[in-house]
Amino acid sequence: MSAFLEVKDLCVSFPTEDGVVRAVDNLSFTLEKGKTLGIVGESGSGKSVTSLAILGLHKGSSAHVTGEILIDGQDINAMAENEVQSLRGNLMSMIFQDALAALHPYYTVGNQIEEAYLVHNKVSKAVAKKRAIEMLDRVGIPDPHKRVDDYPHQFSGGMRQRAMIAMALSCNPSLLIADEPTTALDVTVQAQIIDLLRDLQKEFNTAIILITHDLGVVSETADDILLMYAGKEIEFGTVREILQKPHHPYAWGLLSSIPRLTGNPDKALAAIPGTPPSLISVPSGCAFHPRCSYVSRVGQACSASIPELAPTSAGAHHLVRCHLDSTIRENIFNSEVAPNL
Amino acid sequence: MTSILKVEGLTKHFPGSKHSLFGKRDLIQAVDGLSFDVAAGEAIGLVGESGCGKSTTGRLITRLLEPTAGKIEFNGIDITHLSNAQMRPIREDLQIIFQDPYASLNPRHTVGTIVASPFRIGGITPEGGVKKRVQELLEIVGLNPEHYNRYPHEFSGGQRQRIGIARALALRPKLIVADEPVSALDVSIQAQVINLLKDLQTQFDIAFIFIAHDLAVVRHFAQRVAVMYLGDIVEIADRDTLYSKPKHPYTKALLSAVPEVDPDAIGSRERIRLTGDVPNPINPPSGCRFRTRCWKAQDICATSRPQLLQIGSSQVACHFPE
Repeated sequence: MSAFLEVKDLCVSFPTEDGVVRAVDNLSFTLEKGKTLGIVGESGSGKSVTSLAILGLHKGSSAHVTGEILIDGQDINAMAENEVQSLRGNLMSMIFQDALAALHPYYTVGNQIEEAYLVHNKVSKAVAKKRAIEMLDRVGIPDPHKRVDDYPHQFSGGMRQRAMIAMALSCNPSLLIADEPTTALDVTVQAQIIDLLRDLQKEFNTAIILITHDLGVVSETADDILLMYAGKEIEFGTVREILQKPHHPYAWGLLSSIPRLTGNPDKALAAIPGTPPSLISVPSGCAFHPRCSYVSRVGQACSASIPELAPTSAGAHHLVRCHLDSTIRENIFNSEVAPNL
Repeated sequence: MTSILKVEGLTKHFPGSKHSLFGKRDLIQAVDGLSFDVAAGEAIGLVGESGCGKSTTGRLITRLLEPTAGKIEFNGIDITHLSNAQMRPIREDLQIIFQDPYASLNPRHTVGTIVASPFRIGGITPEGGVKKRVQELLEIVGLNPEHYNRYPHEFSGGQRQRIGIARALALRPKLIVADEPVSALDVSIQAQVINLLKDLQTQFDIAFIFIAHDLAVVRHFAQRVAVMYLGDIVEIADRDTLYSKPKHPYTKALLSAVPEVDPDAIGSRERIRLTGDVPNPINPPSGCRFRTRCWKAQDICATSRPQLLQIGSSQVACHFPE
């Protein structure tokens, strides 16, 4: 049996005046129902472009999308715009980072949830409104009967995010894409939203793609992690594999550079030198090599050829794209990286 | 230790909207009765959620805003109501770094002009000339001094933040207010900028007020931390005490809400989930402002506002501290 969501060799590129931007380059992954995949990367790593491709939102733009995006066996990329539109909101939906920008300021929150529901269900407006109230109640909005007639600006940031989740889930989608759903929120509200998404996933058995740059948020929500750098998948594995025993030097750098609540706070953070590359002139070979501290252990290969995505010693599930020999990699991690985490 | 900054009962109420023509204006109580001091060369962290008044506090201290009440004493001088002209010589010692490295640099000025602006405005000629000093500053913050003639758009977010830091550093200030200096940056760049600020703080013995919402970031920078909630400080303590033995329920809740990176440590941590959002500062709760979200709240919390009191090595404003 094939997976619920299967992305095969996805490439997204944008022609620009300065040259072709290869935002996503040969990305492949799978996701089952009821599971969460965390896509992690810095700005410009291609994580949001990937999610827009899955929703078919590049259709009609200048983007050039190749590869297959199979949801329940149907290829989204091969479909016409109007076919995808009938699936959007129904089979798959999305919650965005900035709820204030994603909600329409002229319509009430209830109106916007009803609209999404009416498009996909042949019901009366009264039934749709009942559904909107039910969904608002489910996502924890107090007094949903009254608040359903409020406008977005009358909601607080956390409530807007809840309303957007209510809208996204109103038609019971099988796939939910959450693009930085908690980045704009305060920590105490972020914790509430993370709990809510987790509860809703259990209830509806939704497959979730969580796009984030926050390793703490993925650690608390995801089953698998896909780590992206300059449009490429550079490591894939379970949450434990990636956050406790990662194989890629970029993952080591990320883990050692984040400030934490444990460990010695007086020690300088191990920052990754340099900046993420521009997608117009991606470095040759491994895109991370100009910032990598271990290039000298490999030599020419790092700048000459792009490493293959290959299974690690941890098993066929854990994949990494790095020229370092796997035993050397493990030695470096155990002796140089792990003691500093 | 001598204190460089003393703040007493600092208050800022912004005028809000009017509901009728002759009605009274709403008052947004952004900062309400804040008191703390900063020792020379000390790094203090000011943390809290959005709307708690931490940025307003930073702007009041640097006198970019006029306080409604209270007193700000900087370096022994009362600067609470000084005019712009009177503030000018004091700004040599009191600088600010802004959150958004895209909005805080003039896109039509070169980096050289931007970093030199404190000299120009203050009418100061540094030893060896402005250009030499600016190039030195660029080097100190880790930029190529030859990029003197470039424009801000040619730099990445992290590099822009370094330009803002060089500008704040230009006049060798005694106190820098850094308002969310790393929150707009990517994770891998965040660490570079935190390390840079920390180095500068120790190397030049500058006092810092580091305003942030991220408790883990503050932990790596500040020696003492003040936690704010709805316009007031609820707890101040030295770093290790605050993070290991938080006494205010809000501090506890805030610490427990930080997502844990290690998947195996998630289960072992105490989970406190606050319900609801921060109340509206136009009409804050009576008594203790945190009581509407607090699990320990009792009748007294609604009637009397707790004062910041010394408990052990912490100062806590709570009727029922841990």
